[in-house]
Amino acid sequence: MTPLPYLQFLHASLPQVALDVAALIVLFTDLAIRKKSLRLRFSVATAIASAGCIVAIVLLLTAHSQVNLFDGMFVTTILSAHVQVAILALTIVTLVLSIDSSFTEHVGEFVVLVLLAVTGMMFLVSARNILITFVSLELLSLALYSLTGFDKRRPQSAEAALKYFLFGGISAAFLLYGFTLLYGIANSTNYAQIGAAVGASGLTPLVVVAMVTSIIGFGFKVAAAPLQFWAPDVYQAAPNPVAGFIGSSSKVASFFAFFVLMTSCYGAVGGSAAWENVHAGWVPVVAVVAALSMIVGNLGALAQSGLRRLLAYSAIAHAGYMLVAVVAHGADSLGTLLYYVTTYSVSVLGSFAVIHVVEESEGSDQLIHFNGLSRRAPLLSMCLFVFLLSQAGIPPLAGFFGKFFLFAAALRGADGSGLVWLVVLALAMSAVSLYYYLQVLKRVYVSEPPEIRGRLRTPRQMLTVIVLLAVVVVLAGALPETLVRWFGMIV
Amino acid sequence: MLAYTIYISFFGALVVLLMPKGSRMAIRTVALLCAIAGFALALTAFVQHGTGELTTVALAPWIPSLGIHYHLAADGITLCLVLLTGVVAIAGVLFSWNIEQRVNEFFAFYLLLIGSVYGVFLSYDLFLLFVFYEIVIVPKYFLIAIWGSTRREYGAMKLAIYSFVGSAMVLVGLIAAYVVAGSHSMDLAALASYRYPLHFQMWAFPLVFTGFAILAGLWPFHTWAPTGHVAAPTAASMLLAGVVMKLGAYGCLRVAMTLFPLGLSSWGFHVLGFGSWRDVFAVLAVIGILYGALVALVQSDFKFVIGYSSVSHMGFILLGLMTLNQIGITGAVVQMISHGLLAGLLFGVVGRMLYDRTHTRELGKLGPMNLSRALPFATVTFVLAGMASMGLPGFSGFVAELMILIGAWRVSPLLAIGVGLGIVTGVAYVWRAMQKAFFAEATTIIDPHPPAPITLPEKLGTGLLLASSIAVGLYPQMVLRLIAPALNTPLFSGLHGGGW
Repeated sequence: MTPLPYLQFLHASLPQVALDVAALIVLFTDLAIRKKSLRLRFSVATAIASAGCIVAIVLLLTAHSQVNLFDGMFVTTILSAHVQVAILALTIVTLVLSIDSSFTEHVGEFVVLVLLAVTGMMFLVSARNILITFVSLELLSLALYSLTGFDKRRPQSAEAALKYFLFGGISAAFLLYGFTLLYGIANSTNYAQIGAAVGASGLTPLVVVAMVTSIIGFGFKVAAAPLQFWAPDVYQAAPNPVAGFIGSSSKVASFFAFFVLMTSCYGAVGGSAAWENVHAGWVPVVAVVAALSMIVGNLGALAQSGLRRLLAYSAIAHAGYMLVAVVAHGADSLGTLLYYVTTYSVSVLGSFAVIHVVEESEGSDQLIHFNGLSRRAPLLSMCLFVFLLSQAGIPPLAGFFGKFFLFAAALRGADGSGLVWLVVLALAMSAVSLYYYLQVLKRVYVSEPPEIRGRLRTPRQMLTVIVLLAVVVVLAGALPETLVRWFGMIV
Repeated sequence: MLAYTIYISFFGALVVLLMPKGSRMAIRTVALLCAIAGFALALTAFVQHGTGELTTVALAPWIPSLGIHYHLAADGITLCLVLLTGVVAIAGVLFSWNIEQRVNEFFAFYLLLIGSVYGVFLSYDLFLLFVFYEIVIVPKYFLIAIWGSTRREYGAMKLAIYSFVGSAMVLVGLIAAYVVAGSHSMDLAALASYRYPLHFQMWAFPLVFTGFAILAGLWPFHTWAPTGHVAAPTAASMLLAGVVMKLGAYGCLRVAMTLFPLGLSSWGFHVLGFGSWRDVFAVLAVIGILYGALVALVQSDFKFVIGYSSVSHMGFILLGLMTLNQIGITGAVVQMISHGLLAGLLFGVVGRMLYDRTHTRELGKLGPMNLSRALPFATVTFVLAGMASMGLPGFSGFVAELMILIGAWRVSPLLAIGVGLGIVTGVAYVWRAMQKAFFAEATTIIDPHPPAPITLPEKLGTGLLLASSIAVGLYPQMVLRLIAPALNTPLFSGLHGGGW
């Protein structure tokens, strides 16, 4: 037996190590300054954590070696490195936006949990082995459960966390069950070997069960219908930065891992979701999940009176659109998926930042508090305008180009233009989505502001970040060439 | 230079947004200057451009890895419509001179709308065209929802959703066309020269055509139009009826019919007497003409009369397109211009001159106000515009409707009879509205608060629109010389197959 290359592993996983070192420093530093003001503590913790993330980004971008250690347990490629960079960048934004929060006194623990979740995401992205996929998914999930319940002043926060935890636990059990079957089939935990074994066995009942449970596990993670029940509660009750975090970085990692899992483990039993030419396999199952998510998400969002719940349902809908890329699983599907999920994440983070500002001033995210916002905070409103219209898919914003890019790739995918029914459904549903996004913007721009309220105070660093995010959304949509090339290159 | 129509409008939108809220006069002036600049550029191009053939205005790589270019080009049809946009844009600013509330936002949305409309007309890359086409939806919504009147939020939302559904249909067709043609290019000429399989064109054509036609007020998808027009502030309804509905008709002609000409061919079987999509859309267009005219005949709200008359007039355009002969399609383009000018004028009279002064649009209430005495200018304007829109010789409407009538006759006398009935009903509803609003039995009581006199900006706007309509009516060659060569370019070869 060859000695295990631990030193090489340590070297390749330096970015993750950097994050965890940063986490430890945060913990101790916060202990030292725990008597100081909350804002200072958040600022210091954020600075250290961001520094850790930046170090990790630099390490990722400078490392040129591509390694595959321990039978696929830890794989670094240019692709995984760039996905990790995107996750880290979104995390930095999340952290900076949380500086003005006051939901907890346990600043150190909060930031540490965020960093641990990110570590989980990074391992998830570099895993090509079901064991590590499961463990890193659990690391991510456990951190998110506790983060969701972090706001002890609000009972709903604890309720949402419990709900999230219970649903998450069950779906993790499903996933694990499926993975054990996979191990039974392939006698290996490596994706490639599982893929070969599944290909050899064909679509046996055992494979079907494993496949369905995998879809359940990840469908829960990305909040796809019918596994979406946790999402509205969590989005509504989790502390604001956490809701943004769940809606952005975690989405990127989960979608990437889902795509890789489905295409490499079940590559041979895809089947087809083409209209009038459906073949059994995971593709039609995911297609149904995608279609359901679009319908449930968009119709559910119509009935919401709070912006956070509205965004939760719209997140379900967007998960449906993104699953179209998984269904297509063609050569350029992953690139379009990554473009969509990262730009969508940016607009989600921005929306939650705006909600944060409004909540700090008005005490709730109810839509009525957004009445006349454009008169009280013109710049902030304009940013919200950009974020929401981007999600609705209005050009020249990133959301529109994402849809175009994704759906064009979907029609070029494995099933060719047979997927046109899914694209038609997606676009029809996005017409529904315009209604509820415009309902929000109507309050912001059309309704009269409450009389006694003056201008809305927005912390300066917060406003700067929000404006930057809006600029990113506009530029990514209006001048997408760089990103398109980039995603084309790394995939 | 023509590309600057877009840039000036967008830049102007930014400038008025950043101007201090109090300086209303300055904001209006900037908006007016932007509109005039756009008009001047359009006019220069219109005059200089003798042949009407396609010329590239701007071409730069945009997303080269997907074959998408920033490609603006103009042919004769484009030039006419760009000039129309310029005229209506100026008139719109002049007719919204009295906006007092949130002025800078109003003109920012206004200029954003104008810029995108220019963009749609000038785009030659379909991705770019679609981008501009969808941007239009946003300012339209806010212009109506914020500054509108009767049921403005409902009207605005209805309009936005209808437009968005239409554009979603278009997007499906465009993405499919792009992928089927090999994903190399979104250029109109490149896609139009690709030979799509017949079965593909058979579903893609009705999808894209209907998608665009929703915005052109095709019956039975027209219901957004009357409510939207009624709810909109004057300038927005002028733009809406004047140019935005033309975007739909333009898209039908420029995109749906050039990309999928075989979609118009015969199915090979008959359902309820329909043998092709062409039959279906032609009949829907005629229904639109008659339905719009008949409904306009019984409205009591003055703006609804004009709103439904727009549906009727837009039906002429769609019918003209479905004749598939040169005279019919040319007539359709002339009708786009004509209706753009006249609808703008009619909405200007009803929305600005009457409603802003009397605060009512009920024909029954306007009658006793003795408006022909109180507001003689408005009366004369309405009489002239009404005559023009009935198709009186000397005005643009006559030329357009005559050409469409001839075109329709060549296809089927039955259609032409439908059109004729529509024209007659058109005379009736204009006459009725004119009679009820302006020349009703005048009460002898003198109104103690006579309406404010017509202002100079209103007179200028009126003059501009009327003069344009008369110019086209008296000298149609002005636009025909540009339209004919444009229709003979290879772009339309799928329709005429080498010669009309």
